[in-house]
Amino acid sequence: MANMAQAIRMALHYAEENLGVTDIFGEDVGAPLGGVFTCTQGLKTAWNSPLDERGIIGMAMGLAMAGSRPVAEIQFCDYVYNTIDLLKLAGNTCWASNGDWNMPMVVRTPVGSGIRGSMYHSHSFDATMTHIPGWKIVMPSTPLDAYGLLISACQEPNPVMFLEPKALLRVKGEERIPGEPDDDRALSKMIDAPLGDRSQWRPQWPNLEAFAIPIGKGKIVREGTQLTVVSYGRTLPLCVKAAAALADEGISAEVIDLRSLWPYDWEMIQASVQKTGRVLYVNEDTEVTNFGEHLVRRTVDELFYSLLAPPKLLAGKFIPGIGLADTLEMASVPQLGDITEAMRALAVQQP
Amino acid sequence: MSRPRLIKEASAPLPLDRELLIRIHDLMVKARVLEERLIQMYKQGHGYFWIGGPGEEAFNVPLGLLMKVGQGPAYDFLHAHYRQSATLLAMGEEPIGALRQMKNTASDPYSGGRNFAGHFSIRAKNVVPVSSPIEVQYAMAPGTALAQKRLGGDSITIVTGGDAGTAEGDFASCLVWCSRPAEPLPVLMIVTNNKWGISTSGAEQHGEQRVADRGRAFGIQCKTINGNDPVEAYQELKEAMAYVRKERRPFLLEANVSRLYGHSSASGANLVTEEVDCLKQFEARLEQDGVLTRQQMDDTRNRYAEDMAAAARLVRDEPLPAPETIWNHIYAEKK
Repeated sequence: MANMAQAIRMALHYAEENLGVTDIFGEDVGAPLGGVFTCTQGLKTAWNSPLDERGIIGMAMGLAMAGSRPVAEIQFCDYVYNTIDLLKLAGNTCWASNGDWNMPMVVRTPVGSGIRGSMYHSHSFDATMTHIPGWKIVMPSTPLDAYGLLISACQEPNPVMFLEPKALLRVKGEERIPGEPDDDRALSKMIDAPLGDRSQWRPQWPNLEAFAIPIGKGKIVREGTQLTVVSYGRTLPLCVKAAAALADEGISAEVIDLRSLWPYDWEMIQASVQKTGRVLYVNEDTEVTNFGEHLVRRTVDELFYSLLAPPKLLAGKFIPGIGLADTLEMASVPQLGDITEAMRALAVQQP
Repeated sequence: MSRPRLIKEASAPLPLDRELLIRIHDLMVKARVLEERLIQMYKQGHGYFWIGGPGEEAFNVPLGLLMKVGQGPAYDFLHAHYRQSATLLAMGEEPIGALRQMKNTASDPYSGGRNFAGHFSIRAKNVVPVSSPIEVQYAMAPGTALAQKRLGGDSITIVTGGDAGTAEGDFASCLVWCSRPAEPLPVLMIVTNNKWGISTSGAEQHGEQRVADRGRAFGIQCKTINGNDPVEAYQELKEAMAYVRKERRPFLLEANVSRLYGHSSASGANLVTEEVDCLKQFEARLEQDGVLTRQQMDDTRNRYAEDMAAAARLVRDEPLPAPETIWNHIYAEKK
């Protein structure tokens, strides 16, 4: 099965062949590297930009306004912060112009912990991004979802922020990308650039098929009856593991992969919470003014009388960064043990 | 690019066709009267904030006249700033649109009552939405220019800003992105230098002798001109645009201009008498050369003053946008 980096690459290839994507660019995005996480190797419209995040976002906005369909990459989300006012502008252009202009652009950026990235390669961006209206925001947790969501993003008339959980970029999927060969090693030989001289290398793209996951639709990854866990990105597979472990203790947890942060699948959350009466939101952004806090607030506002216990949020600690030492990173953001414990505590809490 | 211009000799005949001189004058008057009406509307409480470009007409009118106006990359893109009503009028806009934006009516053609005066946005004419944060337009301009270069043809991207804003990194971004050896871009970068950033003088903030000199480090053709002279502005713009259209490379043009009513309503929007008034200066030249009589020019001004007053009365009674329209156009599909 493809990993997420390969899935992103295949989706971008599909998009430049079929969806009119004209420019895939950013720092080190073009040859020879093809992206620091290899997500853009071998793509025909990929090119290297100056080391200038504001220039990258500005270029994408200009291209989009001129009718092109760009996909820009910010190498780490830690560096997208200096483009916040441009992101605000991209998000409000349609509204400010009373619907006259739209901005069909995609920005991809790796987010979160998991590679021992220390202070400046471990940030999350979901809380900040969901505070900027006018964007659609997605964050896959599997290669297939990454493929399908990126294809949807490349069909959007609006700006889309595609958040890539960097801890999952090398994790192989359990589902095959439509058109992906059966043999993983064959896929790698086809689309992974060789080490060393790549000047003569050309990818052999599989015959990929259209597969779009609609933006705004979550996925019930595991059905359950006693509590609901809503997550996305790096923490999602941990929630699934925790749910599996707790099943052995007789605790039945339903796990929702939100996949789209804005718009998000409130109907799915609502139906699940009405069934289970308990909900835990899990992500790894810092916990103060966290996107999960919005979800908790809405849960209280709209589902209060369905609840058997207070809605909970498990998020990253409100600290200035993530330290390099293994112990520091592990203590800063939710890990499997934290999630399992939080789920267990919530499951047994009685009114 | 450096040969002397005849206009600089007060005795030399004006080197543009009479018809063009009259058109430029007409648009300059129209723009001045429009701005004065906008200021008046603000002072009468028919708007919350005024910012505009009285003093920049001599440069902005020729710019609008020389643009290839239309929609999409085959036409010129304008990444404007908020002092360019004269450019917009020269591109064919009617003044009532600006009045409607000042009054923030539902009929405001540029933002539907959502944005400030002078914040134009017209997709049909490639006028990219003007943004209050200054200089962000310089980050976007390379994008439209890249699309134009890919398309072929001779369309160009024009980006304008003020001198104070050139301190922002986006100005440097534009210099870098337009002059990359791998992909030089057809961008006409314009700085209208009025020597002020709100209340801060340029002299105490900028070490460079001329803003245009910053282009030299990037191999970008650059020039500083007198933006208070519409004839010089027309000729220099025409030449710079021809270069960008043909060579598909950037050009940095700095135009020294006046700021006749201060920065914005925040600083009072009162007439600053010690600045050069480009319109008065041009009218003296037109009269001296027998292009127009004082009477004809006064008639033009009076006619526009009446038109503008009538338009303002019309706009005054137009409805504001309905509150529920705040939910419209957050996304493109919810038109």
